[in-house]
Amino acid sequence: MTTDATDATGSTDAHATRRRTVHSAGVALAVFEQGDPQAPTLLLVHGYPDTHRVWDDVAADLAADHHVVRYDVRGAGESGVPARREEYRLELLAADLLAVADTVSPDRPVHVVAHDWGSLQSWEAVTEPGAERRIASYTTMSGPCLDHMGFWIRHRLRRPTPRHLRQLLVQGAHSWYITAFHLPFLAPATWRFGLARAWPRVLNDLEAVTPRPDHPQLTLRQDAIRGIELYRANMRPRLRHPRERPTEIPVQLVTLTRDRYVSGFLSEGLERWVPRLTRRELNATHWSALLEKGAVVAGMVREFTGRIESGESGESGEAGEEGEEGEHLRNGGSLVVVTGGGSGIGRATALAFAEQGSRVVVCDLDLAAAQRTAELASLLGPVATAYQVDVSDGPAVDAFALTVAAAHGVPDVLVNNAGIGHSGTFLQTTEKEWQRVLDVNLWGVIHGCRAFGTLMAERGEGGHIVNLASAAAYLPSKMLAAYATSKAAVLMLSDCLRAELAPTGIGVSAICPGIVNTNITRTSTFSGLSAAEQAAKQARASKLYARRGFPPEKVAAEIVRAVRTRKPVVPVTFEAKAARLIGRISPGLLRLAARLDLG
Amino acid sequence: MQTFPFSARDLDRFREVQQLAYRCAEQVAAWIEPGVTERQATAKLRRCLVAEGVQDFFHIPFAWFGDRTAFRHFHTPLQFFAGGRVLREGMPYVLDCAPVVDGYTADIGYGGKVGANPIWDRLALDLQIYRELILREVRARKPLNEVYAAVDAQIAAHGYDNRHQVYPGRVIGHQVTRTVSRGPAGVNVLGFGVRTLQTLGRELISERLHGRSPLWADGRSSAHAPTPGLWAVEPHIGFREVGIKFEELLVVTEDDAYWLDDDLPHVRRWTLEAAA
Repeated sequence: MTTDATDATGSTDAHATRRRTVHSAGVALAVFEQGDPQAPTLLLVHGYPDTHRVWDDVAADLAADHHVVRYDVRGAGESGVPARREEYRLELLAADLLAVADTVSPDRPVHVVAHDWGSLQSWEAVTEPGAERRIASYTTMSGPCLDHMGFWIRHRLRRPTPRHLRQLLVQGAHSWYITAFHLPFLAPATWRFGLARAWPRVLNDLEAVTPRPDHPQLTLRQDAIRGIELYRANMRPRLRHPRERPTEIPVQLVTLTRDRYVSGFLSEGLERWVPRLTRRELNATHWSALLEKGAVVAGMVREFTGRIESGESGESGEAGEEGEEGEHLRNGGSLVVVTGGGSGIGRATALAFAEQGSRVVVCDLDLAAAQRTAELASLLGPVATAYQVDVSDGPAVDAFALTVAAAHGVPDVLVNNAGIGHSGTFLQTTEKEWQRVLDVNLWGVIHGCRAFGTLMAERGEGGHIVNLASAAAYLPSKMLAAYATSKAAVLMLSDCLRAELAPTGIGVSAICPGIVNTNITRTSTFSGLSAAEQAAKQARASKLYARRGFPPEKVAAEIVRAVRTRKPVVPVTFEAKAARLIGRISPGLLRLAARLDLG
Repeated sequence: MQTFPFSARDLDRFREVQQLAYRCAEQVAAWIEPGVTERQATAKLRRCLVAEGVQDFFHIPFAWFGDRTAFRHFHTPLQFFAGGRVLREGMPYVLDCAPVVDGYTADIGYGGKVGANPIWDRLALDLQIYRELILREVRARKPLNEVYAAVDAQIAAHGYDNRHQVYPGRVIGHQVTRTVSRGPAGVNVLGFGVRTLQTLGRELISERLHGRSPLWADGRSSAHAPTPGLWAVEPHIGFREVGIKFEELLVVTEDDAYWLDDDLPHVRRWTLEAAA
């Protein structure tokens, strides 16, 4: 590997681009640098059929405070063209990346940011044993590691559950072009006779990318045709014979929620290979992430690398670096707000998210209980915080949302869990009782969705709202008039809100737990009973719920999964699922059962 | 009402056996290190106890490592027995032994960890609250099943889970008497000494006739005021993959209750931590 002298095309201005050439494995790579070379180095790797120009917006933003380096990968743009297909193998592409890194930042490891095929190549470099000496962090978009992908497919073929089969089919349908790229003549011909010319329109129509004068690059046609070799040289061998490729390098995975080519579930179980994984989401298509939302992507990269850099600079010794960095990284998980987090499902949910590395904020009417949850969550994950909030108080929830945004940022996940139980027929239930149940169970959810949903929508990075409904939302009972009404409203609210927030990339899930062993029964109220009778009823209900023995931790696990899979409605226990099914097969049966004098 | 059956001298002997048991547990704790298996730990514990003059066991020594301290994935009672689990850095462990000397029985539980484990630290600190709670409730002569429920409520408030409910009979404790039976010493059936089973069987029947139980659980059989005598009490709490317990003798007299001995490793640890 050798380098040619720097050939500056501008003054010392931070945004001027300096070009140089790096020779790696027989190919001359065109390298473009911006920003202060003393600042942390970011290495941006483009995908197919792009060149380094696809990063223009991201690079311009990051060059203000970083040393930003881009290069055209072999066969693309201004870089040299390998003669044979074997020279497009991932080993060589990874070697290119490390060669560029060695040249532009010989003394400090670089932060790699990659998209599409650039991401596949970077995975190869990142999972290379010893790569942590050259690579400080890795932000990946829309490009899995082919080895991980190979194991992902194997695992699903070996355990062909309906969900796994669906995932295989969906991803298979999205990967049709990969098969097409393996066909001789057809793919190059398509690019040659029309697709290259039509590319701006394709991006505009399918990818929501507004045409701009300098894009796509003039070399698109030849880049696209040569780049087909990337697929042909690598896809089959790697997917057929995947290698175990773990990495200790901190990785930030940015899932693009409207990506047509790479499904979000491809990263399921990625923690197996990448213990230090941070998951982020961006509401964008495969290309609009870079070409329309460059500033947002730049912000994510800046935040992630900044955290890792500060972790390193805070350390004097070499040995302690790893651990410290890890701590900082874990703090960087998503931010989760849980209402009613002082006990039961709320507490279990807060802990489950903390265990995943999320920063958790819990609120509860009972501050001591919320603090206890925060303390436990801090034992399992990053430091958690507790607040005292009455969710039925709209202004208080608004203030809480602003406090959270100021102190911790806009949450990625909101769990509207706070709720109370109440039993009584319609005629027994007093107006006051009605108000209390609706204030907490329904208005609490409304206030939470409005206060935090506004912040999430304004931020534009997507997110997820989880509302705790109940099996009672669709399982009528004369004994639960107020409670079931409030929960049915939450279910419908969730359905409406989901439709409204879909364009902003914010998902909404309604959880219908069923009979879960929590303290809701110990605090439930009963209409038309004396205090003593009420206590006896509470004890009886608690006993019944304890005997059912369904732990809140299982509901929490379902909530975490619902956030990951964006499942709209989640009945949790057997009875919740059965009631939903019966309600569809024979609603009359449920109406009849509603007359039973339970409790 | 039954009268307190032990003399001051009896209590001294019980206290000595309990001290002996904790001394042996501490010896094993000092020796234990990553790489040791549960079976090796119980064997070491047994050797220590026999070397100290123990003749029989109320139950054979137990050792649990890692998530087995919280009885995770326990489906059959056979899983209580020490197995091949290897101790690793950061793992919690629990030692449980019940030596008998001259019919005086102790039954102790000792929780420890190797290396750093912040969850264990927190649990170990909170365990003190249970020791105080149980004593307070028993002194108030609340029915034993209500004391059990109070412990459960505290566990729920802490956000932990009740792991003593995994023991056979969901017991948080059991009565200890001076064994006087004639069966062969040192022989056990399913982990419990033959003499234990004889004594326990007799107790179960005679206590049942008085509407009481020598086992302390949450059911109706424990719906009676604390029976005067000695109770081995073992609150066992868990959080995620970590479990911890203590087990020691509680003296219940006709109108009062107190822990037989306050000079025990976990109590000393709390005193040290409070001073720090």
